[in-house]
Amino acid sequence: MSLTVEGLRKGFRRKRGPYQEVLRGVDLTIEQGEFVSLIGHSGCGKSTLLNLVAGLQRPDAGRILLDGKVIGGPGPDRAMVFQNYSLLPRLSLLANVREAARAARPDRARERTDEIVERYLTAVGLWEHRDKRPAQISGGMAQRTAVARAFAVSPRILLLDEPFGALDALTRARLQQQLVELWSHESETETVLMVTHGIDEAVLLADRIVVMANPPQPSVVDILHIPIARPRDRVSIVEEPAFRATQERLMCLLTLDSASAA
Amino acid sequence: MTMTTGAPLDVEPAPPNLVPGPPGTSPPRPARGRGPDRLRAVGWALVGLVVLGAIWQLGSAFSADLPTPAEGLRELGHLMSKPFYDNGPNDKGVGRHLLVSLQRVFTGFSLAALVGIPLGLVIGASRRAWLAGNPVVQLLRPVSPLAWFPILLVVTKNPGKAAVLVIFVTALWPTVLNTAAGAAAIPRDQRNVALVFQFGRLAYLRHVLLPNALPSVVTGLRQSMGIAWMVIVAVEMLSGGAGIGSFVWESYNTDNLAAVTAAILIIGALGLLLDFVFLRLGRLVALEEVQA
Repeated sequence: MSLTVEGLRKGFRRKRGPYQEVLRGVDLTIEQGEFVSLIGHSGCGKSTLLNLVAGLQRPDAGRILLDGKVIGGPGPDRAMVFQNYSLLPRLSLLANVREAARAARPDRARERTDEIVERYLTAVGLWEHRDKRPAQISGGMAQRTAVARAFAVSPRILLLDEPFGALDALTRARLQQQLVELWSHESETETVLMVTHGIDEAVLLADRIVVMANPPQPSVVDILHIPIARPRDRVSIVEEPAFRATQERLMCLLTLDSASAA
Repeated sequence: MTMTTGAPLDVEPAPPNLVPGPPGTSPPRPARGRGPDRLRAVGWALVGLVVLGAIWQLGSAFSADLPTPAEGLRELGHLMSKPFYDNGPNDKGVGRHLLVSLQRVFTGFSLAALVGIPLGLVIGASRRAWLAGNPVVQLLRPVSPLAWFPILLVVTKNPGKAAVLVIFVTALWPTVLNTAAGAAAIPRDQRNVALVFQFGRLAYLRHVLLPNALPSVVTGLRQSMGIAWMVIVAVEMLSGGAGIGSFVWESYNTDNLAAVTAAILIIGALGLLLDFVFLRLGRLVALEEVQA
């Protein structure tokens, strides 16, 4: 599969105020098997770009092609993990994953879907908690459920919108690990597009990092390639020369953005 | 003076945190049933009631015809001692009148719920339905039940049936409006989940629309019940026959004002009880907040 973004433009008009162009011409190609991270300060349009790829919003100009076809609306081929978990509050964890899996893949047999649901809930370590409701579990567990839900529909590309932002550092570290494991071993989904705030998270997880910025800079400032071999270890990665170089480059680009925006 | 927030006497409006917010922002509800808090709540309620009684006493001091609280309570005791006697159509115990009224209220209320909930869901979920329906609702809502009564009496030719239909027409609107508000306020995130995972109509209704609208539906039903109970008394005064409203009117006509005040107390107490039931129902269906 390949995802191509061509000349994407998107703007919003606030209630009182000028029309703001959040995406000012984005061109990007994501290949099969890549883990791509979108990074940038608030307002740079990274979440907007993700929402456009997900089909939850329509661009003002330009287009997004999935395997050569322009994407229509939202769909399970581009399943998403939202920033705020977005679990249905009255359903158990099992029901949350199961209902989404059934709705998204009506062609699959019930038993097959149930198998897949069980597999992913177990993979995120929540099978014993499957009958609990979202109000009874922690944020980290809720997000793991959301990740299991997204993988369970076998998307062509997995989208994540700052999925670990609301969690404490320890939980975040664990979930990053789990995400990479699921992506590389458990699931058929080979391509991931993730919006993140954190430089370290981006360098640890991604094959390529797309750096985005606010005006007057262009929407996409640079695309960095991370040559560090997988599996990556959180502790030893700091010794890789590429890690240091990438980290510094990112810091430089992001500081530039905040300076020009100020 | 400190008003505790622990376990209030359950006559307050439902707590405001019924919509789930972003994780980690709202604390869990405080543990209920703490003894001292309950006691304090009861104490303050009694203070309020005593003040009410004092105002009543003051009123009766200024007006010779108005019975005193003591006279009213005595009559209340008298009425409650033989609530279900039946000496013919014009002489019945107050209990029988109440049963007639309650029956009419429940029938009218049930009709209002059966029609109002689906109507509210449609109006809330569809912009076009809202644009078409809302003006009609706003036009009919302010009409007094007493204005509906003559029309419905002519149509049904039966005061009892007309009373039930008046209740239906007036109790409909809070249910419709609250349900519509609930259906319109589905959190964007849940709607996005339904979109991304391609929920069908039925799945959307079952898993997203109804669960989110439910607290608002209960709020609407609670308001509708309050209106229904108020309306029945007014309508029965017009229609005569049986029912607590006609009992009030009869007592007035026979110069038994003590019975009128006693009836007011009974009507109020029953209204409180009905409201309490819906308050508890509301607490039951309220969404809990997600933990951080």
